[in-house]
Amino acid sequence: MLAAIVGIAIVNFGLVHLAPGDPVRMLAGEGGVADATAIQQARAEFGLDRPLPVQLATQIGRTLTGDLGRSFRQRRPVSDLILERLPATLLLTGASLVLAIVLGCSIGTFAALRHGGWADRLVSVVALLFYATPTFWVALLLVLVFSVWLDWLPAYGNASIQSATTAGGRMLDLLSHAVLPVFSLGLYHAAIYARLTRTAVLGVANSDFVRTATAKGLPGWRIVAAHILRNASLPVVTLIGLQAGQLVGGSVVVETIFAWPGIGRLAFEALTQRDYPVLLGVFFVTSVLVIAANVVTDIAYGLIDPRTRARPA
Amino acid sequence: MIPLSRRSALAGALATTTAVFPSLTRADTPTRGGSLHVILNPEPPSLGMALAPQVPVQLVAGKILQGLLTYDAKLNPVPALAKSWEISADGLVWTFHLQPDVTWHDGKPFSADDVVFSITKFLPELSARARGNFSVIAEASAPDPLTVVFRLKQPFPAFLYALDVIGGGIVPRHVYEGTDFRKNPANTAPIGTGPFRFVEWQRGRFIRLARYDKYWKPSKPYLDEIVFEIIPDAASRAVALETGQVQLASFNDVEFFDVARLSAVPTLELVKGGYEFFSPQMWIELNHRVGPLADKRFRQAILYALDRTFIRDKLWFGFGEVAVGPLARSTRYFDPSLRPRPFNPARAEALMEEMGLHRGTDGTRVKLRLMPLPYGEVWTRLAEYIRQSLGKVGIQVTLDATDAAGWVKRLADWEYEMTVSYGYQYADPAARLEHSYMTADIRKGVPFNNSMGYSNPEVDALFEKAQASTSDDERRQLYSKVQHILWEDVPLAWLLEMKFPTYVDRRYRNVITTGLGVVDTFDEAYLAK
Repeated sequence: MLAAIVGIAIVNFGLVHLAPGDPVRMLAGEGGVADATAIQQARAEFGLDRPLPVQLATQIGRTLTGDLGRSFRQRRPVSDLILERLPATLLLTGASLVLAIVLGCSIGTFAALRHGGWADRLVSVVALLFYATPTFWVALLLVLVFSVWLDWLPAYGNASIQSATTAGGRMLDLLSHAVLPVFSLGLYHAAIYARLTRTAVLGVANSDFVRTATAKGLPGWRIVAAHILRNASLPVVTLIGLQAGQLVGGSVVVETIFAWPGIGRLAFEALTQRDYPVLLGVFFVTSVLVIAANVVTDIAYGLIDPRTRARPA
Repeated sequence: MIPLSRRSALAGALATTTAVFPSLTRADTPTRGGSLHVILNPEPPSLGMALAPQVPVQLVAGKILQGLLTYDAKLNPVPALAKSWEISADGLVWTFHLQPDVTWHDGKPFSADDVVFSITKFLPELSARARGNFSVIAEASAPDPLTVVFRLKQPFPAFLYALDVIGGGIVPRHVYEGTDFRKNPANTAPIGTGPFRFVEWQRGRFIRLARYDKYWKPSKPYLDEIVFEIIPDAASRAVALETGQVQLASFNDVEFFDVARLSAVPTLELVKGGYEFFSPQMWIELNHRVGPLADKRFRQAILYALDRTFIRDKLWFGFGEVAVGPLARSTRYFDPSLRPRPFNPARAEALMEEMGLHRGTDGTRVKLRLMPLPYGEVWTRLAEYIRQSLGKVGIQVTLDATDAAGWVKRLADWEYEMTVSYGYQYADPAARLEHSYMTADIRKGVPFNNSMGYSNPEVDALFEKAQASTSDDERRQLYSKVQHILWEDVPLAWLLEMKFPTYVDRRYRNVITTGLGVVDTFDEAYLAK
């Protein structure tokens, strides 16, 4: 796993440096006034005047000791930048993941059990609609309806600037800000889960053991919960594993539209500014999480379906 | 005495009125209180004005720090930290008398030493613009705590336009001296002399400033606080304005296609002034090292082939003016006898025929590449319009898309044929503008200089002479001559003098009062009851 992490760090470093342009001239360029002194000073300050292999070695050595370096642009430690955005990011991605799983799986199962009926068709059409609609458009429509017309929910931000004095008030404030972004992000994924669950449940529902269970006279809910869903859940768990890896990455689009102070925006701005340390820091944290999520998924497979466990030779 | 001092007398009179912006000045009396929410986009990297010379930084730090001077909409200098000033007849000795009873936000007294430290040490170390402007200082001294004397190496009248808060913001010596300027915590939590002090910065969300109760102008500022809200999405910014959650938007906050919609919102007032000091102008940057671009007839043909009124009306929704030549109309020394080259595709074709660039069998005379400015939708559309217009006269244009970092690199390294760019003019041609046209500014690897490789010894000589002339009339004549030559040579294809829509909530008065507009201190702004 360590090898994978170092490998990822090297690839990331290469990718970041392959993009044309460099952070120093980007910084110098922002003011529209630049001179050679400014460029040299900044190169020396950021260590960009050293050969690339040296920069790479420094980068990896630092990362392994847990130091992600300092942002060129903000001149603050990258770990601070990521940590201060982590709660907001996890709230957004975590809540929308839960929303997507709960909503998607239940709707998908419901549709599969009424296979061919009007409810199934309706679910399929709605799921397809949300699957095909770009997230930004859903987000803008939600803002239009719930913030501009109905004026029920705030249009942007993750908390009011005049913060509430009580803990309960703060929680309510946070929730009211989170509803629209969580739904914007969650509905798209819910559509995916719904389609996936429906297909998986349909595939399992026609199996012999389900017929056997029905013949045994088991109640319907038990058949669905213990026999169908457990067997249908493998592809869903795979998808959850994939998505969980992105939890820390955040969502550039939704964070931008709702001015949500998450990591997606941080990474996107770092990319356009060629702020290498920040970009590499976000890549690093995300890739570690992807690896961790894969491990958890593998363990979950074994728990759900004992057949996938590695047998001792 | 040179005429500059006459202007300074006038400036004092102007400082007490705000007649320049009648729509925002009403007869009711200012009252204390209220909070102003301002759109901030993108989030600034720090609040160190010299460290990160970008609009979002200036917007916030412009309320916290102050320069010696500010400038009204006619670009007359107006007292800020300097109460008055004198310039010796030979233009070499500049004496500034400072406002009394000024304190820093940490309570320490402000003095002439802070000014000397900022102008001679802090700013030249960090800022390219300050290095350019202040390298002319031979010696700076503080004979007493309220007087600063600058002795210049040669006369440099543009010095008067280098003392704004953006290029000449005064920082506290006791906070910075002996530290690493770039890593000082005051870069993110500035300590200034301005009407508002820094309170908090919640990353990704907002920056809050509060009224500084010991501000040196008695009973000012009126507002209790200013909150800058970071809203990265243009549609969300428009919603925030419409719903009244923010009360001020400026520069590029509002997309031009939203202007009609927002102007219909009854609570918002559209203000067009407040950008005079910046006077940004956009142009097509032409690399003279590439084929026909070396020939001025070809460059003229490009201008004739473009309908710049169309660009202004259809792409910028009526904001801006068709550019005449190198100087914007709102800049000092603009020569009003010049007119923009008209839209005349037939003339463009005739010029290219004269050069021997005939249409081939496919109708193409020449092929060129254009790198669009990667700053958003409108710039992409502009590039498409240029491709279409030049295509009509036989110049086949291919667009090379890149992102902002790639664009700066290719511009600096001359790896382009044509691109679109824009720049601020900072009031005096010697402050910034000449660096686009002088031979000495052809420097590979450094962006925003003479990257096109234009070299005309006559232009160099005129700019140099005008830079150091102490006679205002002589400077006017010299700059007039330069403008005529450049108008003829077309080193750049000037497109528009840019204007931006500023939206102010109608309940707030005296918000935009100077040529620095939203960047200025807001110490006059108040919420009408």
